[in-house]
Amino acid sequence: MRSRGSTNWRVVGSQIFVCVCCSAAAFADLAPPLSPTNIFAPASTPAKSIFGLSLFVLVVTGAIFLVVFTLLLYSVVKFRKRKNDDGREPPQVYGSNQVELAWTVIPVLIVVALFMATARVIASLQKTARLDNAIEVIAIGHQFWWEYRYPALGVVTANELHVPISDENQPTPTFIELLSADTDHSFWIPRLAGKTDLIPNHPNSMWIDPHEAGVYLGQCAQYCGTQHAKMLLRVYVQPRADFDRWIQEQRQPAIVGSAVSHGQRVFETTACINCHTVAGTVANGRFGPDLTHLMSRDTIAAGAAKNTPENLRQWILNPDAIKPGSLMPAMQLSDQELDALTAYLETLR
Amino acid sequence: MSTTLSATTMNLPAREFEWKLPTRGRVGMCAVIAAEAAIFTIFVVAYLFYVGKSLSGPMPRDVLSPPIFYTVCLLSSSLTIHFAVKTLRRGNVGHFGAWWLLTITLGVLFLYGTVTEWRRMIYEDGLTINTNLFGTTYYSLVGLHGFHVVAGLVCLSAVMAFTLFGTVKQEHAERLDVLSLYWHFVDAVWIVVFTVVYVIGR
Amino acid sequence: MSTEPIAWPSASAESRTFVDTLHEWVTTVDHKRLGILYIVYALVFLVIGGIEAIVIRIQLIRPHNDFVSPQVFNRMFTMHGTTMIFFVVMPILFGFANYLIPLMIGARDMAFPRLNAFSFWMTAFGGLLLYFSLVGANGLYGAGNAPDVGWFAYAPLTSQTFSPGHSTDFWTLSLLVSGFGSIGTAINIVATVLSMRCPGMTLAKMPLFAWLNLVMAGLVILAVSPLTAAQIMLLVDRYLGGHFFDTQAGGSAVIWMHFFWIFGHPEVYVLVLPAFAFASEIIPVFSRKPIFGYPVMVGATVAIGFISMSVWAHHMFTVGMGSAANTFFVLSTMAIAVPTGIKIFNWLATIWGGKIEFKTPMLFCIAFLFQFLVAGLTGVMLGCAPFDWQLGSSYFVVAHFHYVIVGGILFTLFGAFYYWFPKMSGKMYSETLGKLHFWLFLIGFHLTFDFMHIPGLLGMPRRIYTYEPGRGWDTWNLIVTIGVFFQAAGILVFLGNLVWSYYRGKAAGSDPWDAWTLEWCTNSPPPAYNFSVIPTVKSRRPLWDLKHPDDPDWKYE
Repeated sequence: MRSRGSTNWRVVGSQIFVCVCCSAAAFADLAPPLSPTNIFAPASTPAKSIFGLSLFVLVVTGAIFLVVFTLLLYSVVKFRKRKNDDGREPPQVYGSNQVELAWTVIPVLIVVALFMATARVIASLQKTARLDNAIEVIAIGHQFWWEYRYPALGVVTANELHVPISDENQPTPTFIELLSADTDHSFWIPRLAGKTDLIPNHPNSMWIDPHEAGVYLGQCAQYCGTQHAKMLLRVYVQPRADFDRWIQEQRQPAIVGSAVSHGQRVFETTACINCHTVAGTVANGRFGPDLTHLMSRDTIAAGAAKNTPENLRQWILNPDAIKPGSLMPAMQLSDQELDALTAYLETLR
Repeated sequence: MSTTLSATTMNLPAREFEWKLPTRGRVGMCAVIAAEAAIFTIFVVAYLFYVGKSLSGPMPRDVLSPPIFYTVCLLSSSLTIHFAVKTLRRGNVGHFGAWWLLTITLGVLFLYGTVTEWRRMIYEDGLTINTNLFGTTYYSLVGLHGFHVVAGLVCLSAVMAFTLFGTVKQEHAERLDVLSLYWHFVDAVWIVVFTVVYVIGR
Repeated sequence: MSTEPIAWPSASAESRTFVDTLHEWVTTVDHKRLGILYIVYALVFLVIGGIEAIVIRIQLIRPHNDFVSPQVFNRMFTMHGTTMIFFVVMPILFGFANYLIPLMIGARDMAFPRLNAFSFWMTAFGGLLLYFSLVGANGLYGAGNAPDVGWFAYAPLTSQTFSPGHSTDFWTLSLLVSGFGSIGTAINIVATVLSMRCPGMTLAKMPLFAWLNLVMAGLVILAVSPLTAAQIMLLVDRYLGGHFFDTQAGGSAVIWMHFFWIFGHPEVYVLVLPAFAFASEIIPVFSRKPIFGYPVMVGATVAIGFISMSVWAHHMFTVGMGSAANTFFVLSTMAIAVPTGIKIFNWLATIWGGKIEFKTPMLFCIAFLFQFLVAGLTGVMLGCAPFDWQLGSSYFVVAHFHYVIVGGILFTLFGAFYYWFPKMSGKMYSETLGKLHFWLFLIGFHLTFDFMHIPGLLGMPRRIYTYEPGRGWDTWNLIVTIGVFFQAAGILVFLGNLVWSYYRGKAAGSDPWDAWTLEWCTNSPPPAYNFSVIPTVKSRRPLWDLKHPDDPDWKYE
C-alpha cells in the first residue's frame, strides 16, 4: 500500500556539504586583512572578553550540533523503509520516562554552564570602574554623522574619533558616553567592542582600550533613517605622543588669514553657519559637523567619500550624488562661489 | 457524491459516559477579558513608568481628586448586575429588568462623573492630553477605561431594549451571566486604575 | 457533480453562475472555506513579499550598487518583514488551524463561525490597507509612500518629526486592524478547543496539533494586545500631541522597545508553535509510530508558552539596560532552550525505530529537524548577551531568524501543504514535482541562509541599502543573492503543482497516508458538516484503534 523506500543519500550529502563549507569559510576569515570588521579579530579588552566567551559558546553549541546532527542522520538512514519491507507496522513505542529525564537534565546543566559564563562576562564588562587617567569622550549620534566631544581636553570634532593606545601594564582606556540628538543609533566597531546604542534621553556608556595602533572601522548599527547605511565609523588609535599632538591641533581655532577670503565670506553669508561651527569665526551652528579642522580628516560625509577637493565640491554642490537623503541641503551656489568656498574649506586644517 | 462516513467509523465505541465541557460563550468571554487585560496592563505600566517624570505642567497632586462617589456607583453596579442575573435564573423577568436598569443608571452616573472631572481639568486646570507626560498617560488610561464602559453600556442597553420588548426569558440567564463577566471586568479594571492614578500616582 | 473544492450536498441541479460562487465564498462562515481563503490570501502575499526580498538581494549583490535608491530599499525591507509576518505566515497558520482543528476534534465547525469570517476579513483588509500605501497619499510620486521605519518601527523614528507624512500611519493602522482579526481568531481557537471536543476526547487525548494551536492562541491573546496598546499610544503621539515616546518631553524611546518586544517575542512563538504542530502530525505518520512522549510534548509546549512571555528584552541587549536586567534575560532565554530542545529529541525518538517513508511531506519535515536544530543553536549564541553585543543587529541575526522562519516554519508549512492537500482538494499532488520543489528550495535555502551568517560575523549590520567594498562582505552577499533564485524557482514549482494537481490530480480518497487522526475518516474534501455522526473516541489515535481492533492504543496509553 505504500511506495518503496527511496535512498536518501542526497539529503545527507547536501546537508554535510553546506555545513563543511560554512564552517570552513567562517574560520578561514580569522586573519584581520580579510576583513577590517571581523569580530573574531579583537584588538581591545571588551572585544577580547566577548571573543573568549564566543569561543566557549561555539564549542558547546558545536558539540551539541555534532551529537544531535549525527543522531538525526543515523536515524534517517537506519530506519528508512526497505524495499523488501513486510508491510507490518514497527513497534509502537509511546515514550520513556528515563530518556525524557536524561534529555531534560543534561540540557539544563549545559544551560547553567552557559549562563554562568555569560553572567561573568556581563559583570566584567558592564561594571568596570572608571580609571582616573582614562580619556573621556562624549559621542552624540546625529542623522547621519557622529559628533565627538572631549570635555576635559576642550576638543569638539566629528566623524573620526582619535584615541590613544592603551598599554596593558598601564592602561589608558577611553570611556565613551553615548547620547543622541535625534533618533536611535548604535556605535559598533567590531574589533574594539560590542555595540552599544545611542538613544535620545537615555545616556549609555562604553569603554575601549585598544592595544594596537591603526584605523578601526565600523558603522551605525541601528536603523536611523534614509542614510543609516553611510553613517560610517573610523577610530584612529595612536601612540600617546601622536594623540596628544592631535589634541593640541584640534584645540586651536581656525587659522584665519588677515584678509577675509571670498570663500569665507560665502560661507558666512549663505546658510552654512546655521548648521556648522568654525571655531574662531562667527560660524557657530550645531546641527551639522564641526568644520574647524575639516582638512585633518580622511573622509567627509561620515565616511561616505574620501576627503578630496573634488568630493568636497561635489558634496556642497549636490549631496544627494554622494549620500542621497542626507540632511545636508544642496547649496545652490554658482560655480565661482563653489570654487571659492571649497578653497576656503581647504584652509581649515 | 455520497457524504456518509466510511464503514469503519460505525465501530467507534458507544458513548457510555457524561461529557460536559465549558460553554463556548464563557470560554470566549474569558479569552476576550484576557486580551483586554493585556491591553490595559500596558497602559498601566506606561502610567506607572512616567509617574513623576513630567518636565512641566500641572502635576497629579494639583489636579486630581479621587472620585469616590462615582467609584462607589460603578462598583455597586457589579452588585446590581449580579442580582439581575440571579433573579432571572429564578425566572423573575420583571425584577431582572429593574436590576438591569439600575446597573445601566449607575454606569451612566460613573461616566457623568468622568466627564465633569475632565471638563474641570481641561478648562480650569489646563491639563490636556498633550500638556505633559501626566496628561498623556492619564487621559489615555482613564479614557481607555471609559471607552470600555461605553461599550459595555451599549451592550447593556441593547439587552434592556430586548427586555422591554419582552424577548428576554429565563433560559437566557446563562448568556447574560457571560455578558455580566465583561461588566465585572470593567469594574475590576477601574479598581486597578483608581489605585494606580489616585493613590499611587499622586 | 462539479469539481468545486467543497461538495455542497444541497446543490441543486442547475448550474451556478460565477457571481453565485463568488457570493458563497464572500459570505461563507464555514471553517473549511475560511481556511482556504486565509491560505490563498497568504500565498498571494508570499509571492509579493518574495519579490520584495528579490529586490533587496539584487541591490545587495555587490557594494555600492544602485539598483534602487535608499528610500525605496528602506521601504522594501520594512514591507518585506511586515508582509511576511502579518500577511503571510500568520494568515496561513490561521488558515490551517481553522481548517483542521474542528475536523481533528470531531466538531462541525469552529465555536464562533461568524467571528471567524469577521476575523478573516479584518486581516484581509489590513493587508490591503498596508499595500494601499504604495499608491495612496502621494504614493505614486516619490517611489511609493510605503512605511520605511523597519517592521519594528522604533521610536522616535516614527514620530511626526522624523516620519512626516502617512507612511508610518499605514503601518500602524493596517496592523491595528489585522491585529483585531488575529485576536478574534485566537479567541475562536481557544473556545473551540476547550468547548467543542467530541465525546471521549479529553485534553490528554486530543491531537498535538490542537494543543499547539491552543497555546499559540493563548499567546496571540496575551501578546498581540500589547502591540495594539503600543500602536494606540503611537497614534496618540502622532495625532493628539501625546508624549508617550516623545524624548523631548521626557518620554522614553526604550519603552516603545519594551512594549514592542513584549509582543514581538511571543509573536515568534505564535509563528513556530503551529510549525511544531505540523511536524508532530506528519513525522509520526511517515515513521509509522506514535509521537514519542506525548505528555512531555504537551508540557514542553506549555512551558514554552509561559517562558516566551519573559524573554523579550533579549532583543534589547545593546540598549543599555544594566547588568542585572541583561543577566535576567540571558537566564530566561537559556531556559526556553530546554523545552525546545526536548521537542527536537522527542521527534528524533519518534523516527527512531520506525519505518520512514520519504514522501514529500516527510522530506520537508526531516529538513526542518536539521535546520531547526541549527536555528535553535544560533539562537542560544544570540542569547549570550555579550556575544549579542557583537552579533545583534547584524546579518547574523537576519540569518538566524530566517533560519527559523524559512528553514523551520516554511519547510513544515510546505510539508503541511503536501500532507493535507489531498484532504482539502480530494486530489493527489504530483510527487515528482513535490520532490523537485523540495530540492530546489533546499539548495536555495542553504545557499542563502547558511552563508548569510558570515557577513554578520564580519561586521555587516542589517538594514543597509549598500555597503563598502574592502570589508570582506562582497562574495558572501553574492552567494546569498544567488540562492534566492533557486528558492523562487522552488516556489514556482510548488504553486504550479498545487494548481495542476487540483485540476488533474488522481483522486486521493479519504485516507491516502494511512493516518490516525479524525480528519482522515471524512471524505476528501469533507462535506460542509464534517461528520454525519459525531464520533466518540477512546485514545489519541482513534483511526489506529479502528484499524487495529486487536491492538488498540487505549490499552497502552
